[in-house]
Amino acid sequence: MTDKDYLMLAIETSCDETSVAIVRGGREVLANVVSSQIETHRRFGGVVPEIASRKHVETITRILQEAFEQAGVRRGDIDAVAVTQGPGLIGALLVGVVAAKSLAMALDVPLIGTHHIAGHIYANRLIGDIVFPALALVVSGGHTELVLLEREGVFRIVGRTRDDAVGEAYDKVARALSFPYPGGPYIDKLAQTTEEEVELPRAWLEPDSFDFSFSGLKSAVLAEINRAKMKGEALNQGALARGFQASVIDVVTTKAMRAAQAFGVRQLLLCGGVAANRGMRERLTSLCEAARLPLLIPPPSLCSDNAAMIAAAADLKWRRGAFTPLDMVAGAQLSLEEWSVSDDSVSS
Amino acid sequence: MKDSQTGPAYVWEAHSEADTVRFAEKLAELSRPGTVLALDGDLGAGKTRFAQAFARGLEVPGLVNSPTFTIIKEYEGGRLPFYHMDVYRLSIAEADELGLEEYFEGDGVSLVEWASLIEPLLPPERLHIGIALTGPASRRLTCRPIGEAYAAWCRTLGMQAIEEEEETP
Repeated sequence: MTDKDYLMLAIETSCDETSVAIVRGGREVLANVVSSQIETHRRFGGVVPEIASRKHVETITRILQEAFEQAGVRRGDIDAVAVTQGPGLIGALLVGVVAAKSLAMALDVPLIGTHHIAGHIYANRLIGDIVFPALALVVSGGHTELVLLEREGVFRIVGRTRDDAVGEAYDKVARALSFPYPGGPYIDKLAQTTEEEVELPRAWLEPDSFDFSFSGLKSAVLAEINRAKMKGEALNQGALARGFQASVIDVVTTKAMRAAQAFGVRQLLLCGGVAANRGMRERLTSLCEAARLPLLIPPPSLCSDNAAMIAAAADLKWRRGAFTPLDMVAGAQLSLEEWSVSDDSVSS
Repeated sequence: MKDSQTGPAYVWEAHSEADTVRFAEKLAELSRPGTVLALDGDLGAGKTRFAQAFARGLEVPGLVNSPTFTIIKEYEGGRLPFYHMDVYRLSIAEADELGLEEYFEGDGVSLVEWASLIEPLLPPERLHIGIALTGPASRRLTCRPIGEAYAAWCRTLGMQAIEEEEETP
């Protein structure tokens, strides 16, 4: 085995999904099994593990087994074990961390505790080369952040949400319109059913800020729903969804482009679960084309939580020999900036 | 009224966002290890805004944003650890599995958004706070203390006691 062919097993259990991946050389995905995948459901007839860590416990052994089968490798072939150390739901994280530690110990291979958001960002490395400096727009259920990568593996948060994450804002608006959880995809679809649009506010915050705020927009949507109710008018849900989506996408993409220019980046990376949103992908693609800025967007399967992205980020530490001691603890609020690699001696 | 232990409810009329912030900060000053605030109010009532002001009152450093997705966010570095929860997505059974009592009985202060959804799991003593819109920036904060300690808080804050009629969430 050369270093480039090493096999990494990665585990991700930070929130709703239980996922195990086996990745060769940090980039070649041999297996990436996610518990909510339809085949797995069919096969096990199980319920999607919603939140409870116990569900992760029940699922992880089977998902591990399935990953080995799909990849066609044996346990003894594994050279390193990576796991999401944080951030996330602590009980959920613990299950993955305990499983990873046990495997690393049993196989006598290094353990690499990995940051969940670094994983989302490095999902892009599974589909292309990252060119530095790069800017990542991370949009997911729990996160809305602009992250600057001045060089490989070094993360600086230059903007973040001050209240709701984009995914949360979508879900809360969907809740107000009585769609079931998670409601984001309903809004995305509803927005495409009409050409009409309710004009809603955009929160730009201070002129030099790359932060986001969606609570005002959420209030404006609620006010619109109440106004229709008071007047006894039928609510044009499609136009409202379209107006909401237009406001979110306008603010998020405009700020990303502004930050890209301010920091002189050579590439933009879109990532996180909401990166699967069609409106968001289309707008950012056309803005980047106009600005001649290269853009990477992973396919939807690598946008939502998955373990292959964790292996892609853990590769940063593998190549530097920066392993994690077995007494590592999961961190519900692990810092991305502190997880950055600390030196430049890469053996790639 | 939901709970036989409940005495009178207390009301604080906040005429502006600054008023709401001031009230949250005063509650933070009174907080001790094990304090539990059970917050309810409609979508957009300002629960997270209230929690941000409360966290500032606890001198929690850095940004406090919505816990909806991760359900629990823990903050260290303030006068007391701060546990910020949003239980909207949880069933009682799921909330029970999360072991919330470890937070409630811990060294920090817990603030639970949508707390009425998990009322049976809340500790025996807590302060219920209902936030209701009375205008674009004004809010009515209705406190239902459960336990003498929290009733004393309401009196300390000079809140107006009312007979509760229709205000149950």
